[in-house]
Amino acid sequence: MIEFISQSWTWWFSGAVISVVMFTLLFFGQSFGFSSNLRTICSAAGLGNSVSFFNFNWKTQIWNLVFLVGAVLGGFISGTVLKNDQPVQISDATIADLGKLGFSAPVSIQPDELFSLESVLSLKGFLLLAIGGLMVGFGSRYAGGCTSGHAISGLSDLQIPSLIAVIGFFIGGLMMTHLLFPLIFSH
Amino acid sequence: MKFIKFLITGIFFGIVMAKSEAISWYRIQEMFRFQAFHMYGIIGVAVIMGVIGVWIIKKFKLRDYHGNPIVFYPKDKSMIRYIAGGIIFGMGWALSGACPGPMVVNIGYGYYAMAIVFLFAIIGTYLYGLIKDKLPH
Repeated sequence: MIEFISQSWTWWFSGAVISVVMFTLLFFGQSFGFSSNLRTICSAAGLGNSVSFFNFNWKTQIWNLVFLVGAVLGGFISGTVLKNDQPVQISDATIADLGKLGFSAPVSIQPDELFSLESVLSLKGFLLLAIGGLMVGFGSRYAGGCTSGHAISGLSDLQIPSLIAVIGFFIGGLMMTHLLFPLIFSH
Repeated sequence: MKFIKFLITGIFFGIVMAKSEAISWYRIQEMFRFQAFHMYGIIGVAVIMGVIGVWIIKKFKLRDYHGNPIVFYPKDKSMIRYIAGGIIFGMGWALSGACPGPMVVNIGYGYYAMAIVFLFAIIGTYLYGLIKDKLPH
């Protein structure tokens, strides 16, 4: 059983479980939107005193912070009892493209070139992670949601604003991947 | 104890994100290079099931477990914030290989470097709050 669930899950099963997570939250009287937690954390840190955007009763959002803690635990379980040692099975074309940018073929689920201690301690490595995080945090709030709030919840409700946001996600992702990566990772 | 159900739902979310490999930077790169169906399949199935389920909830006016109607709030009608915010988000998503959910799943998985990404995502949200009134929405 453990071996069975420890394998990588196929796309259709994974997609179905994600939609079950969304409906479970709706059944519990809440909605699926993860990036709201970033705003809640700012509010809980007392930043509402100086910036009105964070001046709201964050305690109504504790359920979502608990969901976040659950997600960390789910990651921990996946990285321990449910871990398999297979590298990510990405396509040969992607391995070849990333190879040209200086990334070796996957040996786990994340590249050492970005997430190893050695990379994090280099100025460039640290800046890449910091800038990536800044853009995700800034952009998700500007767009009013992230992948869960717009791509899953919003599209499920056939909301045009969410479709526009998802198109934006892809324009940004394609620009970064195809225009900026060759500049950032050239060697 | 009323929060335990959200903890358990979150654990399921973390496991599916990890086991589907949606938390992998490689998978996000593969997606933005259109070189595999995997991520599109995951999002596509979630959205198709979501559309059907939301339609059923509205059609039969289903209620949550408190007995309250399940309501969906239409998002603000506008263009600039979704496209501009979306593009900034998408660039960060491709660079770090993670949106906010997968960031914390990665931390739990043992990729502690993601904590830097997550910390700066909080700072990014703070910066948005700081200058939001000066931005076009």
